[in-house]
Amino acid sequence: MMILKMKKEDLSVFLETVKEWGELWGPARKGERVVFQRVDGLSQMDLKATRTIIPPKKFLYPQRFTMFDFDDKGYVERTEHVPNRILFGIHPCDIHGIQVMDELFLEEYRDPYYAERREKTLLLGHSCIPDDKCMCSARDTEFIAEGFDLFFTDLKMFYLVWVGSSRGHDLVRMRPELFNRNIGRDDILNYNEYRKWKKAQVQSGADFTGMPDIFELGYNSPIWDELAEKCLSCGQCTMVCPTCNCFNVVDEVELGTVEGTRDRFWDSCMFREYSLVAGGHNFRDKRVERLKLWYTHKLQAYISEFGEPSCVGCGRCVATCPVDINVVTVTKALREQEVGK
Amino acid sequence: MKRLHVILDDREVDENPYQPDLWRIVRRYPLTSDVNFYQARAVDVDKTLTMDYLPGQFVMGSVLGEGEAPFSISSTPSRPGLLELCVRKMGTLTETLFSLKENQTIGIRGPYGNGFPIDKMEGKDVLIIAGGLGAAPLRSLLLYVLDNRDKFGKLVYLHGARTPGDMLFREEFMQLKEREDLECLLTVDKDDTGSWTERTGVVTSLFDEMGPIDAANTYAAVCGPPVIYKFVIQHLVKLNIPKHQILMTLERRMKCGIGKCGHCAIEYLYTCMDGPVFTYWDVLHMKELIGKGVSDNVIA
Repeated sequence: MMILKMKKEDLSVFLETVKEWGELWGPARKGERVVFQRVDGLSQMDLKATRTIIPPKKFLYPQRFTMFDFDDKGYVERTEHVPNRILFGIHPCDIHGIQVMDELFLEEYRDPYYAERREKTLLLGHSCIPDDKCMCSARDTEFIAEGFDLFFTDLKMFYLVWVGSSRGHDLVRMRPELFNRNIGRDDILNYNEYRKWKKAQVQSGADFTGMPDIFELGYNSPIWDELAEKCLSCGQCTMVCPTCNCFNVVDEVELGTVEGTRDRFWDSCMFREYSLVAGGHNFRDKRVERLKLWYTHKLQAYISEFGEPSCVGCGRCVATCPVDINVVTVTKALREQEVGK
Repeated sequence: MKRLHVILDDREVDENPYQPDLWRIVRRYPLTSDVNFYQARAVDVDKTLTMDYLPGQFVMGSVLGEGEAPFSISSTPSRPGLLELCVRKMGTLTETLFSLKENQTIGIRGPYGNGFPIDKMEGKDVLIIAGGLGAAPLRSLLLYVLDNRDKFGKLVYLHGARTPGDMLFREEFMQLKEREDLECLLTVDKDDTGSWTERTGVVTSLFDEMGPIDAANTYAAVCGPPVIYKFVIQHLVKLNIPKHQILMTLERRMKCGIGKCGHCAIEYLYTCMDGPVFTYWDVLHMKELIGKGVSDNVIA
């Protein structure tokens, strides 16, 4: 892959230029929190923030949108104007998350709503500063080799810029004078130092090894009941997870007519209605069954199917769950057969 | 981004997989007090004739303003032209569907799911066990085997219902009893009519009445309410039918039918894509497939 070098002070000019291609979005402070927002330029972004509340999946797969308009003549696909967007400052874990989504939405039965947004969104990744909630080392997601258009690794004086796609290369070609290929001995040493530094930062203690077997052995473990006692079924873990894709579909009708819209919105397997079928039978009536589904799906089932868990180690469930149920505490509890305080 | 480009450039399938087509109800009548039978034909005639499916597959059916739900197909692909569905009045969507009359339209997309493994079943004996509404998907298989009778071995159809009035396709199945190329045994839990000429008792009691089977050479297909699986499967295992030749078709909540919405996930399988037909071998290591009581504590 092409790797270029760029002076740090040139980033602002570069972003100013690429705005010609589309809207610029990046991590920005909103009160206490950091969210992906539309920005005018680099000065409005907070590139030191470890994570946004909601992962960038919201750009590819909005919380709620209309799939079809309908009337008595049938269902007409709603094609909305999706703007060209450049997402700057996406971290490796989130790019890994998008790759999981790509597999789901773009392979068998290609989802046209996702595909359109994916095509109109450029991903400009940026290296990050892990905090105590990050688990990327346990998941091997602390670095990223593909899935982005450009990726900027901050080496204090310079950026090393990975060019991951033809479209990413087109952005470089808008200001070729800002980039060079003069990568020398010091750059290699710096990059190696950076990798060592990053690995050392991640100290969550998460350990996903052997999970399929631990889950299988612990399927009927009372640990699950203890966790379910604490769980509030609020579903926040699923909203903030970069690889949670579940959705519900409902028809909204204009009162007194047969016209309406078929809308799709994020759903959560933590909600009681999730597995409820007509007639009232609920395949996962108990909270413990729903909690088990989520963790089994992320950490056992995905390994069986794809060879690795669908958790990308972003730490959002750790940061979000109000009662401290997350991939770290659940795997630890199952492994040690004790629910931590 | 190599992989993504390959995916995004792949324009072979341009259609929106969530797009329902309009199908016209050409005939509908009640099968029981709460189950209606629908025959439908696509408004676009080509769609009717080109819709190819397997017994055991399902469609996503839309009722304007009420949303979408999965329905198993009761017709057989060996009789193209009409799609047949059995619908039990269960919720708001099916209530509205019950109010629709001939010539009104519904939305249909599909077919989805794996269906029965017809290719593997050819040449084998086929034992079909239906309980209640389980006859809806199994009728497709039954008719398919009858329409391709020379490709299959022995055919046994066992069907249990609560009362004679609750038996789906009662007249049709009674007529099958006249045929000599299958064994068709019908039973009800309770005869409240006084005129029931067939057996009385639970569906598993029919195992004692059917002729001998060549277990290793038999595919068994089961569908019914959750309670029947436990007992029926016990019998089938006792008969030594290989576990991967015991087939069951399952119900789950579904919002997409194409492996995206997540609702029908069971461990790493999606009922809509990897099912709805599963084998008993799947059930043994997929604990959630048919719930407690069936696979619990089964070692041998």
